[in-house]
This record gives sequence, structure tokens and C-alpha cells, in this order.
Amino acid sequence: MLRLIAALCLVALPAFAVEEQVVLGLSQDRVAITADFNGSEILIFGAVKREAPIPEGDPLEVIVAVSGPSEPVLVRRKEKKFGIWVNTDSVLVDSAPSFYAVATSAPFKEAITDTEDLRHRVSIERAIRSVGAAMHIRGAQSFANAVVRIRENARLYSIRENTVAVDEQTLFRTSIEMPADLTEGEYSARIFLTRGGMVVSDFTTSIDVRKVGLERILYTMSRQQPILYGLMSLAIAIAAGWGASAAFRLIRNN
Amino acid sequence: MQIYLPIAEVSVNAFLLLGLGGMVGILSGMFGVGGGFLMTPLLFFIGIPPAVAVATEANQIVASSFSGVLAHFRRRTVDLRMGSVLLVGGLTGAALGVVVFNYLKSLGQVDLLVKLCYVVFLGIIGGLMFIESLNAIRKARKANGAPPPKRRQRNWVHALPFKMRFRTSGLYISVLPPLVVGLFVGVLSAIMGVGGGFIMVPAMIYILGMPTKVVVGTSLFQIIFVTAFTTMLHATTNFTVDVVLAVLLLVGGVVGAQIGTQIGARMKAEQLRILLALMVLVVCGKLALDLLLQPAELYSLGTEGGH
Repeated sequence: MLRLIAALCLVALPAFAVEEQVVLGLSQDRVAITADFNGSEILIFGAVKREAPIPEGDPLEVIVAVSGPSEPVLVRRKEKKFGIWVNTDSVLVDSAPSFYAVATSAPFKEAITDTEDLRHRVSIERAIRSVGAAMHIRGAQSFANAVVRIRENARLYSIRENTVAVDEQTLFRTSIEMPADLTEGEYSARIFLTRGGMVVSDFTTSIDVRKVGLERILYTMSRQQPILYGLMSLAIAIAAGWGASAAFRLIRNN
Repeated sequence: MQIYLPIAEVSVNAFLLLGLGGMVGILSGMFGVGGGFLMTPLLFFIGIPPAVAVATEANQIVASSFSGVLAHFRRRTVDLRMGSVLLVGGLTGAALGVVVFNYLKSLGQVDLLVKLCYVVFLGIIGGLMFIESLNAIRKARKANGAPPPKRRQRNWVHALPFKMRFRTSGLYISVLPPLVVGLFVGVLSAIMGVGGGFIMVPAMIYILGMPTKVVVGTSLFQIIFVTAFTTMLHATTNFTVDVVLAVLLLVGGVVGAQIGTQIGARMKAEQLRILLALMVLVVCGKLALDLLLQPAELYSLGTEGGH
């Protein structure tokens, strides 16, 4: 009896679990932040691998979500007190990505249902977690919304509907633009395949965003040898001050 | 040309920074102020994180002040003795100021207090200086070409003990007032993240009675050391000095300071003071408006450590 169940499971599993799989390609899996770094564009493309013919019914939709490393963010709200605007309430949002971009092949609501969005944390609002919001503050949700609004204005968060091109329900591609104000870290790219709003397959890969060259050297030095770094900054300042003074004297004497 | 700043982690236009540095440098050379009270808000405005802006600004002030002070040394308008006395007070004050700053930080609301400090001090100093300079100009006009009246009046400052001779300034006064002025400016500069020249210069003119021409050089001399101290403090505790940002600002700054010193040498003391007063009042007004008007964005983001 047991053996029969086991055998049944083995037969059923592959067919049940993954009918369609993502085979992914990235134009680059690392972003190097150099001194003249001015943003980057990552091309994300891939194909859907399947053993069976294309299923009937709802067409295949693709969602690509690229997110930066998550960090807690302290959100403060200003209120008018004694005639001036001061920070009063604050809420600690437990985790908010430094960068978040979602690209979809259809309008977002059509590409994924609300429950699936909740489960996989795809939309911007869901990617931010604020569990520990203090109960005594009215409208704690508005603080999380503020994070989204402020970062959207800074072009750090974005949702780009209909920007994933899907051919023959098999090939897909999109490009994610990354702004110049990136922070370092391990970025993740998640790809979801959906049918009728349900996620049928997903795939995650990482993109390494790192400072290189002079940027790297200076950053490391400022953290590991702060005294030396401080002295170097001062030496540069003094040298520049003296240099300008000497240069101007030369110009005037001639 | 965009350039990525390694510590600030933002990308900014290099020419914009050079221009800002140059503009503030000219003012610095003209008035003997470090320019921090102008530059720091400007850096906030172009999107540099406040902590980095304050720390890096201190480093940049070292450069422009050094450039400026060399020019003053050649014209023998630096009172080294007075500068040293002020410096003793200044360094003590800066250390004290850091303690006060951390205490305010633990209470929260440090941003507000820093801004209120700016508004109150800029307002008082700008206002007083403006009125005084207007009166001086009016008197000079009435005198109709006659030599301006001697400004060095005998007041309570001359009644204090521990007298010392400051030859370059032509003063024989107690060391206590310069020490206290230095201390006070040191505290404020640590809290407000500026060199403190805009407070130092009027204090030297009105409280100590120093001649305006000597005041500028001596102020710059003292500022170099206080801001160098602040830079080291920020670099070792908060890691917020961005050397790339500093280099861009100071290249513009040192050139500007040289030009500013030339302009300053050709202007009358009263004109110089009335211009500085106007500038101080404009910055004060802008900061006051920020506090009084409803901001476009009521929410602000910070890191967890920034309580």
C-alpha cells in the first residue's frame, strides 16, 4: 500500500509541480559603480521551458521584480506646534528595499491576483514590511505609504506595466533601468510566470552591485582607517588651499 | 558631467559642485566667514545626505580658509596672538559642543534645534550688523569726507583683569573676552556644523573692538583649526567625510577665496559689513520660512540610528 502511494507521488509530482520553467539570461549579473557611474540598464531575458504543449486557457504573463537590499527605515511626520513645523510621530518600517522595480507583461492587476501578490510580495506596497508599527499612532499605514511616495519621487521605486515583451508564450524580455543613486549590495531579480493571475513558476537570481576602483578604495579606507582617511582629507584641503594661493600670486606677479 | 560620490552614495553633476564651491569661496574670502552656513543648506538642497554634507563641509572650509589666510598673512592682517587665544577657547568649545549635540540627539528633535539655532543667531547678528553699518555709512556721509569717527570706545571689556597686548590689533585688553567668544563659537560650530565665522566676525568687531581689516584674517586663522578638528571628529566617529565631494567643492572654493580676498581688499569696511549682514538675513529668512510654512512633504525618511 505504502509503496503504491509512493509510486503514485513520484509519477504525479513532476507533472503537478513544474509544468513550465524559467530559463533566464541577464545582460549583466554585476553592476560596477565607478566614479562616472550614471545609472545602468539591465536587460533581462529568458525563455519558458516546458515538456508539454502550451496549456490552453489564460495566456502566460511574466512579472520581473528587481529589488535592492532591504533595511529598516525610520519615518517621521511633521506637525504644526507653537506655530512651527516639527517632527512629532515616527514609525519604524521594519524593512524596505533601497531600490524596487516591477515590470509586467500586462496591467498589474491582470497579471497577478491579490492573494498571489500577498503570498509572493510582488507589488511595491507588499515589498515593504511594517509589522512593528506602533498602535498608538493613527494611520500607521500612511507612514509606509510615505516611504513609497518619497522613493517613487526619487525614481528608486517604480512599477512599469506592459514593459515585458512576451513572444509566443515562450520568449520574454525587458530592461530595468537603474538610477545613478544606487547603494551597494546584493540585488535580487525575481521572475514570476502567471496564468489567470496565479503564479505557475518563479525564479530568483542575484545581481551584484558594487563600487569598484577609486570608489572602492576610498570607501574601504574611510571605514577601516578613519584616522588616516581624515588626515588625508585635511592634507588635500591644505594642499589645495596653498596651491590656489601660490598660483594666484604667480598670476598677479606676471 | 555626473560623478558618483563614494561615501554620500549619490550621483551629482561635477560642474554644479565646482560652481557652488566657487561662489561660496568668493564670499568666504570677502568676509572671512567659512561659508558653511550657506554651503551646508545648499548641499542638502542638491540631495547630499545631511550627515555627509555637514562633515564634508567642515573639510572644505579648511581648504578655503587656508587659501584665504595665506593672502591675509602676506598683507599682515592676521593677529596671531589673538587668533591663538580664540583658538584655545574654540577647541574647548567644540569638544563641549559635541557633548551637547549628543545630548540633544538623545532627546530627539536635533534637526529642529539646529534650525532654530540658525534662525535665532543669524537673525540677531544679521539685524544688528545691518543697523550698525547703515548708521556708520550715514555718519560717514554727514561728515562729508571728514575722517570717520574713532569706533574704538572704552566699554566693560576694558575693565576686566588678565590684560594682554595684541599688537596687530592695536589692543590692550583682558584675555577673558576672547576666550569666552572662542568658547561660545566653538560650541555653536559643533552644534550647527559650521566654522562659526559669521558669529566670530561681528563678535570681534563689536565686543573686542578689533579693526575690521584684521578681523577677517584672524577669523580665518582660527576657523582652520576648529574645522580641521571637526573634520577628524566626523571622519573617525560617523565616517561621513566624502573626500571626492570635498575635492570638488574645494577646487572651486580655493579659487573663489582668492578672488574674494581681492574684492574684499578694494571695498570699504562698512560696505563689506552691510553686504555680509544682508546675506546672513537672507539665509535666516529662508530657514525661518521653512519652519513656518507647511512643507510639501510632511514625512521624512531616516535610518534607525538617527533617533
